[in-house]
Amino acid sequence: MRAQSASRGQIEVYRFPVAAAVGVPLAALLLQRFLPLHFPTTAIFDLPLLVTIYFGIARRNQISGLLTGGVIGLVQDSLTHQPLGLYGIAKTVVGYAASSLGVKLDVDNPGSRLLMLFAFYLLHQVIYLAVARGLAGEMLSWRWGHEAIAALANALLGLVLYTALDRLRHRT
Amino acid sequence: MENIINRHRNLTILAAVLFAQILGLAVQVKRGTDQGTSRLIRIWAVSAITPIEKGVGHTSRWFADTWHNYLYLRGVRSQNRELRGEIEHMRLEQVRMSEDAGQARRLQSLLGFREEFISQTMPAQVISTTGSEFSRGVFIDKGSRDGIKADMPVITPDGIVGKVFRVYPTSSLVLEINDSSSGAGVILEKSRLQGILKGSPTGQTFVANIMADEKIEPGERILTSGGDRVYPKGMAVGTVSRVNPAGTFLNVEVKPSAQLNRLEEVLVITKIVEKAPEANDQSAPVRAIDILAQRLPSVPPPKPAPQNKAPATAQPKPAGTTANPNAEAASPAAVPPETAGQASTKTKPAPSAEKNAASAKAAVEAAKPETTVKDTPR
Repeated sequence: MRAQSASRGQIEVYRFPVAAAVGVPLAALLLQRFLPLHFPTTAIFDLPLLVTIYFGIARRNQISGLLTGGVIGLVQDSLTHQPLGLYGIAKTVVGYAASSLGVKLDVDNPGSRLLMLFAFYLLHQVIYLAVARGLAGEMLSWRWGHEAIAALANALLGLVLYTALDRLRHRT
Repeated sequence: MENIINRHRNLTILAAVLFAQILGLAVQVKRGTDQGTSRLIRIWAVSAITPIEKGVGHTSRWFADTWHNYLYLRGVRSQNRELRGEIEHMRLEQVRMSEDAGQARRLQSLLGFREEFISQTMPAQVISTTGSEFSRGVFIDKGSRDGIKADMPVITPDGIVGKVFRVYPTSSLVLEINDSSSGAGVILEKSRLQGILKGSPTGQTFVANIMADEKIEPGERILTSGGDRVYPKGMAVGTVSRVNPAGTFLNVEVKPSAQLNRLEEVLVITKIVEKAPEANDQSAPVRAIDILAQRLPSVPPPKPAPQNKAPATAQPKPAGTTANPNAEAASPAAVPPETAGQASTKTKPAPSAEKNAASAKAAVEAAKPETTVKDTPR
């Protein structure tokens, strides 16, 4: 569960204990399924996506980022009625992109985190919809208003969540 | 070539992972069902996640029950008073409805109508959702070990919820009626128009395939039609919330009766019995028209085969009695006892009365209670 052994210039690379690396995605998956039962509006959040992005930017390793995204996405797929791969593909790409961005930029600043989360949420939804429509034949449509609100809500939640997750990471 | 791959190692791995997932997705879409690796991945994921969810669910329910049943009892007395009033009102309603139901039963029996009755249900707790906006379903805490099978209908006392989509050993995935890939045969209560209830990607439900020239009022109740061979006929689905013309068809939006976004407990229908309703159901009040119907002259039974000739000393029998006494005993269900008893005391009816009697007899024969038991799915 190590991220990167060496730092690149001014960019810091972090690693996480095994319990956090396994427990945080698992907790995100559980909450994602459990919260909408009692609070239906929380279905707008995508906690596994926020966790994927966080591990991607913190580890700053593209392979680790894409594999984390791929595994989380596939588990998320396996808990729905849809074919495996829809979330898997979208989160693989986002995990790779997040870690690529993390290599180049310092994304610890709240402002840059907010923008990054907003953009990655939209990217995730675009890829999901494209794959679902193009490969799985799902009749989904893009709703600008809904997606913009969801992106903003996820970005705001991400800011709070990342502040908490920052306590779990260790600098290499 | 090797240099290029080495130089772009990360991109190559990304391409390989994406290619593998796209290939797997294409295979699943082509097959249409879960098999092999994809089935295994689902079982592993569900088996790892659901025990934790069950534990969390039971603990939270215990706390909620303790709070609501023992601590937070504010307003219970006034609520109790309101409910008593409601019970009185419903008792009066029940008297009227039971009479209507009795009449409907008798008419159905005359038409040889076969009804589906819910014979066996299994209560289940909802333990989680799918966690996806694009997949509207819930997981329940009963699986194949409890006898749950795919396509079994899932209901609440308010109305239908959906059907069992995937079954795992200790849990099952229920696809709700508002999912875009679900469908159910429905009928509008007043206008008797039939259509297909479908879900939309946004989680709304609507009835498809109703022509634009039909008249539908908002507020009309929608029931299951039984045509889909999944849901039993006559179950509450929802009410019409809005009607908009959309080309040659109407866009009939439906508000589901069951609270799909606040499900806690559901019932899985594990067995459906199909049988003809019995006309002489003693639970319904007997009315004058029923007594008259019973006193209609019966049809004379067919004459016995000539091979067993009756002895010359045998007494002539009145019309309407059976020549062979064993014949009636052989099929006691064919003729209701009271009808048979009256028939044996009647004289031969007039030709016009005989014609009426023939049709009455045919109707009674059609109402012969045959019972077939079937398990869902059909």
